[in-house]
Amino acid sequence: MNRDKVLLPGKWVRWLFVFLFTVMAFTGFGQMPIFKRYYIADIPGMGWSADFFTTHIIHYLGAAIILGLFAYLAAEYALSIRRRYSLRPAGWVRVLILAGIVATGIVRVLKNLPDVTFSPGFTMFIDISHLVLMMLYLSAALLFTLTRQGWVRDRAPARPS
Amino acid sequence: MSKDISRRNFIKAGLAAAGGLTVSRIPLPNSVKGASPKELATLIDIRKCIGCEACVEACAWVNEVKFPEPEKPFPKMYPSRVKVSDWSDRRDVTDRLTPYNWLFIQEARVNVDGKERILSFPRRCMHCQNPPCADLCPWGAARKLENGITRIHSDICVGGSKCRDVCPWEIPQRQTGTGLYLKLLPSFAGNGVMYKCDRCYDRVARGELPECIDICPEQVQKIGPRDEIVKEAHAIAREIGGYIYGEKENGGTNTIYVSPVSFDELNKAIEKGPGRPHLDPVKDAMAHADNLAKAMVIAPVAGIAAAAARFFKSAGSSSGRGKEEDQS
Repeated sequence: MNRDKVLLPGKWVRWLFVFLFTVMAFTGFGQMPIFKRYYIADIPGMGWSADFFTTHIIHYLGAAIILGLFAYLAAEYALSIRRRYSLRPAGWVRVLILAGIVATGIVRVLKNLPDVTFSPGFTMFIDISHLVLMMLYLSAALLFTLTRQGWVRDRAPARPS
Repeated sequence: MSKDISRRNFIKAGLAAAGGLTVSRIPLPNSVKGASPKELATLIDIRKCIGCEACVEACAWVNEVKFPEPEKPFPKMYPSRVKVSDWSDRRDVTDRLTPYNWLFIQEARVNVDGKERILSFPRRCMHCQNPPCADLCPWGAARKLENGITRIHSDICVGGSKCRDVCPWEIPQRQTGTGLYLKLLPSFAGNGVMYKCDRCYDRVARGELPECIDICPEQVQKIGPRDEIVKEAHAIAREIGGYIYGEKENGGTNTIYVSPVSFDELNKAIEKGPGRPHLDPVKDAMAHADNLAKAMVIAPVAGIAAAAARFFKSAGSSSGRGKEEDQS
């Protein structure tokens, strides 16, 4: 393959990513008993948000799709993208926060399997870390969008001819 | 039939569980494995219960130190739709589950062998094998111990009552004005602490029997390793042409009832409602989580395969005709 030609993810990836993160943030907050208390579930069409099993299923389903998407992007980066692009600091910050979200999410999924028992302190640490990392990611994503800092930069920017 | 789940066997199993409890205090995962052979289950033989409520009184007496002493007046709750739940002035209520009554006697007027009889039986937390209350608790306050007990840590619980909402039997009961939420945002988040039977986890950890089992004059309940309890329940059911409840409900519980009449019939005859659980068949509430966890293992493999297929297809068809985009 030509060194300068690389496979980059299509625009659909960005939109899928934004959609999934919106859904995950909403259903993640919905794991706390707040949507019924604070009238979210009273909004027409939002009654489902007060059903903990529904939000849990959506959150799990979203997590499976996100894991697939992350693996796809990581593999595409390793196989192709890194030939020409490298992660910029703003990209590294995103990747590290996302890795933390995924890691704490995996531990929480493990805890929910039959007969997997964690101490209450560890469970609380995982739950709060997952929540804080997600809020951190949303803040970072907003900041990087406003300051126009993307994920990657060209390893060898084109020279003026 | 298992001859007897003797006190000695029980104490041995209890000590093993106590070891597990000690390990589980280490703030790290202590087990990632399949069904635990250390799980203890209780057998409740409905034929034997005379409804004397000795177990109810003993439960209240032995667990009194765990009962809430709420601070009053309660914080004003926002929004106003959030109602306080106060049982502190009704501690003597024994005909339903409350934060001060973790076990009650349920009664059913039914026909047994052509004669009308009132059957009575103790009701409390079923201690599910995969408890949704513990799985879905957003704080880690509710959790399952290796010995099959599901308990709620009253020092961590903030009383959101999610555990009650996801429990198929709506067992946990809330008391407002106590617990961690008072130190956080008492008017805006939480509403007290949830309470339910903890199957005397502290006594079990010491190798003692849960008080309701120990005190029962009719030996209605037994406790022992789950496989032995299930075997015994089936043997009794075979012997009397009876029925079993709790073995498969919600994917399996650690409370197995044996009855001479069907649970469908019993369910129709009991008083049901808040604090008075039903005897309906119950599907495994957490089955979706187990199935989707498998999907989470497969998804990354599929993602890598898709990326590799795209890359090799592009590399094979032409040198670098892949889609290229500027990305800043």
